Amino acid sequence: METKATTEAGLIARILAGEKELFHELIRPYERMVYLTLLAIMKNEAEAEDAAQEAVISSYRHLGSFRGDAKFSTWLTTIAINEGRKRLRKAKASAEDSIEEEVEGQEGDYTPAPLTDWREVPLEALERKELREALRTAVAELPDLYRHVFILRDLEELNIEETAQAMGISVSVVKVRLHRARIMLQKRLVPYLKTTAPARRGFFGRAL
Amino acid sequence: MKLECKHVWEHISEYIDGAVDAKLREEIERHLEHCEICSAILDSTRNILVLTADDRTFELPVGYSERLHARLAKELEEADKEPRKK
Ligand SMILES: [Zn+2]
Repeated sequence: METKATTEAGLIARILAGEKELFHELIRPYERMVYLTLLAIMKNEAEAEDAAQEAVISSYRHLGSFRGDAKFSTWLTTIAINEGRKRLRKAKASAEDSIEEEVEGQEGDYTPAPLTDWREVPLEALERKELREALRTAVAELPDLYRHVFILRDLEELNIEETAQAMGISVSVVKVRLHRARIMLQKRLVPYLKTTAPARRGFFGRAL
Repeated sequence: MKLECKHVWEHISEYIDGAVDAKLREEIERHLEHCEICSAILDSTRNILVLTADDRTFELPVGYSERLHARLAKELEEADKEPRKK
């Protein structure tokens, strides 16, 4: 039985050899990923879609330069990120600078929010529409640096190394940003979970 | 050494990813056994990640795939007329 990787490598070889219609098949499993990557960068559905199309076309045009040593998904994500960055640069000359200059060490409270009876929250709570809505909003409102890493890792489910590779940053930077993004979301979403812990119970007195 | 809650929170993301070493993992797990607060924080964070990965949370625009493949088909057609770029 062929693994996904060998099927993919085979597809790529055939496309490059002239069976270009197969590119439709090659890209299909990653359509969602390309769109979400660009949504994370563009923060606008129409722009993300437009950029996603452009990124896919670009990946077709440059398929010959794909090296088998990286995963196709990582390579494709890198192209998508570059497309998004290019557009942001064009849209706002200063946008790129502010994105790149945002630094890790900034002040911030990355402490999760306590809640007591999460275990009592029925699973159906997760099915609630407003929770999904709140999550989408919270993700959209994450600082750019954190959102990009979070989307690649937790939405597209790339691993830490792949995320680092696609974004051109180190593994340790990915870990820091991911941690902060997750804690920020946990904090933001606690109010949407059934009940939060009342402060008077003095958890911190007990904990520390 | 008894692990403090704050210490658990600092490692929560790596713990979820299974990226903490065996010793720390054991310490965290021992802490979680008796600490409801950290357990709840861990569970809620995990559930948020489950919800994030759920296809229904972040949906694609209606017709996205059709439009993408139509655009691609056009590109493939045009590529016939000129040689592929390197
Ligand atoms: Zn604790």
